[in-house]
Amino acid sequence: MLLMNIIRLITGLTAGYLATALLLSVPASADSGLDILEKKCSGCHNLTGPSPQTLEEVQQRKGPDLFYAGNKYRKEWLEEWLQEPERIRPAGMYYGKHIKAGDEQDVIDPSTLEAHMAVSEEQAEAIAGTLMTYKAKSDLISAGEYQPGHISLSMGELMFDKFRGCLACHQIEPGYGGLSGPEVYTAAKRLQDDYLMSYMRNPKAWDPKVFMPSGYIREKDLAKFAHYFHALSEEDFE
Amino acid sequence: MSSHLYNTAAFAAMMLGLITTPASHAGEQAKDIYQTYCWQCHGMNGDGKGVNIRDMSVQPRDHTDAAEMSTRTDDDLFKAIKEGGQSVNKSVLMPPWGGSLSDEEITGLVKYLRVLCQCRYGESQ
Repeated sequence: MLLMNIIRLITGLTAGYLATALLLSVPASADSGLDILEKKCSGCHNLTGPSPQTLEEVQQRKGPDLFYAGNKYRKEWLEEWLQEPERIRPAGMYYGKHIKAGDEQDVIDPSTLEAHMAVSEEQAEAIAGTLMTYKAKSDLISAGEYQPGHISLSMGELMFDKFRGCLACHQIEPGYGGLSGPEVYTAAKRLQDDYLMSYMRNPKAWDPKVFMPSGYIREKDLAKFAHYFHALSEEDFE
Repeated sequence: MSSHLYNTAAFAAMMLGLITTPASHAGEQAKDIYQTYCWQCHGMNGDGKGVNIRDMSVQPRDHTDAAEMSTRTDDDLFKAIKEGGQSVNKSVLMPPWGGSLSDEEITGLVKYLRVLCQCRYGESQ
C-alpha cells in the first residue's frame, strides 16, 4: 500500500513537472495578439472603450487608447515600434504627472516615466494584426479623404508655428518644440492619413477631454498640415 | 420634516455646494481644468513657466502677476480663453478653447484666475 502511494506521488509529481515544463517551453510567439494585449497591455491601454469621460480619467491614463487603433496607426509602424519602442510624448501620456518645478520653468521628471516594453518580431506582428481589427469610431473616418500633396518645410513650419501656434505643445524635430503633446515629426509614419485629417479637425470627437483644442484648424488647412507631417517624416534628424 | 427644517437643510446643502465648488457650477472643476489644459504652458504654479515654454517666441502670461492681471477685465479673460490670444490682440500661441470647454467652465476658469492673481480688474491687492 505504502509502495503504491509512493509510486502515485512520484508519478503525480513527474506529470506536474512535465506539464509545467511544457507550459514554460511554449514559445511566447504562440500567444495570439489578443492574448498578449489582454495580458501585457491592458494595464496601461484601454482596449475596449469608451474614451475617458472625465478629467480625472484623462489624468490617470498611462498610454494611448487602443480601441480604435485600427483606424489610427499604420500597421508597419506598429510592428517596428513595438520591437524598439521610443517615447513619442516627451512628458508622458498626461504631462501633469511627469513634471516638477525647475529653476527657470517646469521640467520633466524622468524618474516618473516608465519605458515601454519591447516584444519580439513575431509578437509585434501578432499584436499589430489584432490592433488593426480594433475599428471603433469608424464613422469619424472618411476613407480616402487625404490626397497626397506637397508643402515646403518652411511654409509648413510657418503654418504650424506662427499661424496656429501648434509648436507650443509639439516638437517638429528632436529637441525643438513643446513637450506636452506627441512629437509630430514622426506623425506621418505612425498614423494613417485619414485619421490625421479627422483628428486635427476635431480631437474632441476621438478623445472628449483631451488637452488639445478642438475646431481650431481650418478645414482648408487640414491637408496642408498633413503634407507638412509627411515632409517632416522624410527628414533625417539622426 | 417640517418645511422650515427642510428649507434650512436645503440652504445648508446649497451653501456647502458653493463652498466646495467655488469656481465652477457646471461641468468639471476649474482647478482640474486648469491642471489639465493650462499647466502645460502657464505652469503648475500658474506663473507662466510651463514645461512647454522653452522654444516659444512669446512667453505665456504669469497668472500670479496681480499688477498685470488686474489690467484685464473678466470679459477679456473669458474671450482670450474661449477665442484664443489673437482675439484680444495677444499671441497665437494661446489657442481658443471654446471648442473644448463650455461657457460655464470658462467662467469658472476666469474666477480661478482671480484666485491665482489675488486680484480683480482695476484692483490688485
